[in-house]
Amino acid sequence: MLGMWVFLLTEVLFFGGLFMAYILYRGWYTEAFHEASRHLSVGWGFFNTLVLIASSLTMALAVRAGQTTNRRGQLLFLTLTIVLGTAFLGVKVIEYADKFTHHLVPGAHFAFTPSALAPGAELFFSLYFAMTGLHALHMIIGAGIMLVMLYMAWRGRFSTEWYTPLEISGLYWHFVDIVWIFLFPLLYLIGGLSVFGGGAGH
Amino acid sequence: MHDVRSTDPEGEAFQTEVQPRVHYLNATHGIAAWLLTKDHKRIGLLYLFAISVFFLIGGVFAMLVRLELLTPEGDLLSSEAYNTAFSMHGIIMVFFFLVPSIPAVFGNFFLPIMIGAKDVAFPKLNLMSWYIAMIAGFMILTTLLMGGVDTGWTFYPPYSTTGSTSNVVLAALAIFVMGFSSILTGLNFIVTVHTMRAPGMTWGRLPLFVWAQYATSLIMVLGTPVLAITLGLVFAERVFHFGIFDPKLGGDPILFQHLFWFYSHPAVYIMILPGMGVISELVAAFSRKQVFGYNFIAASSLAIAIVGFLVWGHHLFTSGQSAYAALVFSVLSFIVAIPSAIKVFNWTATLYRGSISLQSPMLYALGFIGLFTIGGLTGLFLAALGLDLHMQDTYFVIAHFHYIMVGGTLLAYLGALHYWWPKITGRLYTEGWAKVAAVTVFVGFNLTFFPQFLVGYLGMPRRYHAYVPEFQVLNVLSTAGASILAIGFILPACYLLHSLFKGEIAGRNPWGAYGLEWDTTTPPPPSNFEVTPIVTRPAYAYTHADVVEPYGGTTEGSGESGGQEVRSV
Repeated sequence: MLGMWVFLLTEVLFFGGLFMAYILYRGWYTEAFHEASRHLSVGWGFFNTLVLIASSLTMALAVRAGQTTNRRGQLLFLTLTIVLGTAFLGVKVIEYADKFTHHLVPGAHFAFTPSALAPGAELFFSLYFAMTGLHALHMIIGAGIMLVMLYMAWRGRFSTEWYTPLEISGLYWHFVDIVWIFLFPLLYLIGGLSVFGGGAGH
Repeated sequence: MHDVRSTDPEGEAFQTEVQPRVHYLNATHGIAAWLLTKDHKRIGLLYLFAISVFFLIGGVFAMLVRLELLTPEGDLLSSEAYNTAFSMHGIIMVFFFLVPSIPAVFGNFFLPIMIGAKDVAFPKLNLMSWYIAMIAGFMILTTLLMGGVDTGWTFYPPYSTTGSTSNVVLAALAIFVMGFSSILTGLNFIVTVHTMRAPGMTWGRLPLFVWAQYATSLIMVLGTPVLAITLGLVFAERVFHFGIFDPKLGGDPILFQHLFWFYSHPAVYIMILPGMGVISELVAAFSRKQVFGYNFIAASSLAIAIVGFLVWGHHLFTSGQSAYAALVFSVLSFIVAIPSAIKVFNWTATLYRGSISLQSPMLYALGFIGLFTIGGLTGLFLAALGLDLHMQDTYFVIAHFHYIMVGGTLLAYLGALHYWWPKITGRLYTEGWAKVAAVTVFVGFNLTFFPQFLVGYLGMPRRYHAYVPEFQVLNVLSTAGASILAIGFILPACYLLHSLFKGEIAGRNPWGAYGLEWDTTTPPPPSNFEVTPIVTRPAYAYTHADVVEPYGGTTEGSGESGGQEVRSV
């Protein structure tokens, strides 16, 4: 338990480096960041936020089911958590594909109008991919952990006496959710809500 | 020859049962039993083996650098090869030797024993961290075979992002992976100290080595992730063309320096704090005295860990950070000297009127105190803004940090190796040769690095393979010193290996020292103790009765020594 808290502390600092870079460049290229942010789909982002908050609820219920030795509950809520996590990742795939088609991926093919804001916008998208990519990687690892939990729950390993793995996996899952709670406003919402529901690249 | 060390509490009668029939070395046999072990003691030895290999490789590169600098012209190595040599020397020595050295070897082996635990909190994680370190090790060796990197150990962009070869990608990944190993080790130690202490082992009774490991672990856990993400961004920059650190793409190379030193300055304390912990043990054991100012030494370890995070900007005085930031970082850098000075004063006060015996580990400890003091004080020169403008990127800086890293950490590492060798292996080494080696290392070290202070002050810049002829005399001295130093490292390798086969059998407590690790049998049983110890006395409860007369056997009453009260539960 203490081990997981300490591990999450390291995760905070891991993401912290990226947030530091974000703070610096948002200060340097405020206008470009706002403009670039409008190219993200607030609708999908909002949808994913709801999905993750819902998955935190199902995760908490799964831990509760572990505490009360409720095997059926564990199986149901762990499955729901995995489904919601996968839905989140599916939406991310759609969003990433959209960035590719609109030349918003940093590199040789990056194109942005107005071109005066392009360098700042490219940095924005570098950070967007670094931060959401790292977050998505944590989601994938989280989903893998949930599969293990599901298997252990299937074998009836968790009971009132012992549900530690379930509890610390839950801690991890909530942490990954919280990271998204920071990423969503910092990446999607800083350009204002005028383009709710769709990327301006369309 | 070894009579000085035979202060076993129960005397000769005890010797017969001194070597238990089953101990951690012979409990199971075969390669697989070692490679899949979850015993923290065996994992410590796995680390010892691995980092010795890395020390050898790093040392070869150091000798290449010193040989090139024997003459002012660049004759032995091309400038490119020289860049690679000093970069690989730095990368291997810092990330693959110094950072894991004392924590991974002696921390792993002794931290659980010293707090009376059966093992670390997460034995499987402990083994995993060794494998992660080995994967990182193979990655860096692969980099080496592919031609190495020439960015310097700091990976500064644009050298690492647009210059250099694509080997940077693999090297950065190797250090990224190595970081996970140190995070897991740090995490394991923190939880172990919190949850695994034996009954009666209160925080105020923890040996100072454990306090130092605890503080080190905090830095590992808080600092390493930042290095990981920074090198991750360098990786992304080379592979995906992110522009975070590339000014052409709107990024800022100074940001790299900030993020890098946010880890790497605290990493200096990852390297030196465990050494300080070792010195606290040695000074107490060989002056037969309660450590002076126990609370202050313990607290100063934590203070170093905390303040160490606030001084990174002193690496950027000339990089273009704001003058006000430089001012603040300069002041904070002076402040971090205070806890270090507290330790030095307390060790000195412990020595004062102690019953000092100059055994080989103590020689290393005394060397450490002297050299660390020089290293620390010259650090203050560099923390002073005006002086730093003159000294930045000269050999003065090289000499300064080698006084800390080699004169400090490496001497403490050797001291620890000699102090605990009998407990680890169950054999005594030849003390006479050990003393010769300790003196050789001390002389060789000073001859290598003291001239570098002078040549740096005169203005010789670092990282060049050629220099003006005026500097040759000092450089020749330095290279000569490096050769003596090399002999000083080869000697222990010889007599320590020899002792494995021919060494006298070590008793339970050959030094008559105090601490739980000397209470258990030699070598320790697989679960460390036959019965869980109950601790009833503070650390270092040496009394006057424990006085051991150097070279004269022991005085009456030495039976008390090392006899921390142990009862079955």
